[in-house]
Amino acid sequence: MTVTSPISKPMQRFRSNRRQRILWGIAWCALLLVAMILSPWVIGDDGLSPVLVQRNQPPSLVHAFGTDWLGRDMLSRSLHGMSLSLRIGLLAAGISALIGTGLGLAAGTLGGWVDAVVTWIIDVFFSLPHLVLLILIAFAVGGGTTGVIIAVAVTHWTSLARVIRAEVLQVNSSDYVRLSYRFGRSPIWIARHHMVPHVIPQLLVGLILLFPHAILHEAALSFIGIGLSPHIPAIGIILAESMRHLSTGYWWLGVMPGLLLLLSVKAFDWLGENVRSLLDPKTSQG
Amino acid sequence: MLKGEGLWFRYGARLPWVVRDRTLSVLPGEVVGLMAPSGYGKTTLGKLLAGYLMPTRGRVTLNKQLLPSRGYCPVQLVFQNPELSVNPRWRIARILREGHPPQRHYLDALGIYPGLMTRYPHELSGGELQRVAIARVLNRNTRYLIADEMTAMLDANTQALIWKVVLEFACQHHVGVMAISHDRPLLTRICQGHTIKLLIDSIPASLAKA
Repeated sequence: MTVTSPISKPMQRFRSNRRQRILWGIAWCALLLVAMILSPWVIGDDGLSPVLVQRNQPPSLVHAFGTDWLGRDMLSRSLHGMSLSLRIGLLAAGISALIGTGLGLAAGTLGGWVDAVVTWIIDVFFSLPHLVLLILIAFAVGGGTTGVIIAVAVTHWTSLARVIRAEVLQVNSSDYVRLSYRFGRSPIWIARHHMVPHVIPQLLVGLILLFPHAILHEAALSFIGIGLSPHIPAIGIILAESMRHLSTGYWWLGVMPGLLLLLSVKAFDWLGENVRSLLDPKTSQG
Repeated sequence: MLKGEGLWFRYGARLPWVVRDRTLSVLPGEVVGLMAPSGYGKTTLGKLLAGYLMPTRGRVTLNKQLLPSRGYCPVQLVFQNPELSVNPRWRIARILREGHPPQRHYLDALGIYPGLMTRYPHELSGGELQRVAIARVLNRNTRYLIADEMTAMLDANTQALIWKVVLEFACQHHVGVMAISHDRPLLTRICQGHTIKLLIDSIPASLAKA
């Protein structure tokens, strides 16, 4: 049926290679992040208890991230912290995605005053400094882990809602959707076959790219001492503690957990980019 | 008979009239050319006749009845830009199936070979995509076809091929065609042998002579 000319063969091999590369990228990022989330259960709590004879040791084979001023293993503290941050990020990004999609869809499809109200709320959120808003909400709901989760969850949906609203409006007014009505297709059929394929990739990529924001804001809140209680090994708390020891030359206390945070945020970013290029027919085919 | 009676249209209550008091009709099997320079409301008139827009005053009737609002509309419009009239996330086969699946020999006549079926719209050239957009409406449920600058952006070969197929289809199924264009030789040519009704109105003298 299909006639393949000899010239198109190298093209096709290249194409499948690129697609495979993207799939491998997604698999590695996902694996890395899942491993980070599950790591506390694998390595256990042993590294968290102080061993005073091994205080302030620089990174070595035994302690890859070194030890702190109480002789606690920094690798295991960092992994515990990262795991907690990722779980908070997951929850917050999930809630944000739900709110963002719901309001974005409502604004895009219902229009009129619903659209005006949603757009107004989004504008209000954008006009306030994000960190100030986070601190206010975290304080208002009583601080602690719940405070951080609620604050991060209810402030990140705005950009996603805007993207989804715009996408819905654009698809709804496009020639092919209006043509579909003239072909006798029902609004439900059009929503299912024309809208969903456009909104789902935006949602998925938006969700993935929300993670790093949520994680960094959680870390920021913990860093300034509003979020989690100081004895929980959260990445923000670890970084805040390390500040006091940087001047004394214990660089690994800040650098190593910082690198881990950077790595996980970058992994999410890369995951989002790869999923985006996989879902867009313009880039997924070659 | 597809008839637009006393059509007036504007895009907003305070905006100027785009279409003023136009009455025109297309008979089954007839080819009507509609020619006017840019900005004279040709496209708007086409959209009114195909039911994409509701006239502010006047009405569009199909065999003395208003256009049906549900089901496959017997009046179909082919847009100038095929890129905008197909879903960029659908493959060609799915795009062709959306209305009534076109008959095999129209696909062959339009040069839509099976290899195109699994591709996405951005992988086709403008001419190929326009042929797909046209194949979509070439079925017996289409009674009137409004071709809004259907071939304006295509080369002469593709233009000739597309019009040949469309006119054959119109002749075979007794379909009324309204060709909107500002290409006078093209309109003169495709209205040949049919009832010629060249609706040229309010054209500047310089263009009318050309």
